Amino acid sequence: MALDQSFVGRTYPPTRPFEVGREKIREFAAAIGDTNPAYTDPEAAKALGHAEVIAPPTFVFTITFQEAEQVVQDPKLGLDYDRVVHRDQKFTYVRPVRAGDLLSVTSTIDSIKSLAGNEVVGVRGEVHDADGDLVVIVHTTLVARAAEGA
Amino acid sequence: MTAKVAYTDVEAGTELPTRAFPVDRERLVRYAGASGDFNPIHWNERFAKDVGLPDVIAHGMFTMAEAVRVVTDWAGDPGSLVEYGVRFTKPVVVPDDGEGAVIEVAAKVGAKLDDEARTVQVDLTVTSAGQKVLSMSRAVVRLA
Repeated sequence: MALDQSFVGRTYPPTRPFEVGREKIREFAAAIGDTNPAYTDPEAAKALGHAEVIAPPTFVFTITFQEAEQVVQDPKLGLDYDRVVHRDQKFTYVRPVRAGDLLSVTSTIDSIKSLAGNEVVGVRGEVHDADGDLVVIVHTTLVARAAEGA
Repeated sequence: MTAKVAYTDVEAGTELPTRAFPVDRERLVRYAGASGDFNPIHWNERFAKDVGLPDVIAHGMFTMAEAVRVVTDWAGDPGSLVEYGVRFTKPVVVPDDGEGAVIEVAAKVGAKLDDEARTVQVDLTVTSAGQKVLSMSRAVVRLA
């Protein structure tokens, strides 16, 4: 079943702010096994020119993916969420995420394509800080694979 | 932002140090907790096999996080990353055999992009068990 093309360009309201804490960054860095001191030691981060410890590059996805999931689970869009896989992921950074950030995500459906029965949906999440400045743009492409026998 | 590698010291074709990142079930459980992605295909073998996977697989975002360490460790400052994108092509299968899997990452400077901004494109080759698991895997980083 083709998805409703009128959803392309639709923007969802910004999420409530997510507060980025030092300990959450530390937990994430430990989980990926990354010992770069810029993630855990404020002095090391300062030596690199950052006001606070910064987050590993993919950390921000933990904030944006729940929003992207909600967008593609919009029942009016008609995507079969049980068949969805993550196909592409891209980040464009204005600056690194850092401890103390209050981040809000605004999601937009960028594209809807049908390829050999697979539905391909591109979602763009713009992440802003408390001052309203853009921090990072997160592009997530999800594919709902064609149902067998469809 | 203070990368430790100078733009003038690299050329298209400059190779970054190759790395191998081990991944076992414990690592996936930790990543699930830290990332909030509790999809059971990443920790429940019965569920993974029920949905047609060979075994538990790593989070694609975990593999993406490991691969870019080759770039951030080379550049020195992770904050010098300007852009990073991948396509997830094959899953990293993580058996519960006491060893798990290994994510192997090779990288080289694909192009020098902008002499003024001192940005270069780094092309990553990411494999596990001899299979390419990420494709179109590229980072743009600002050098010193």
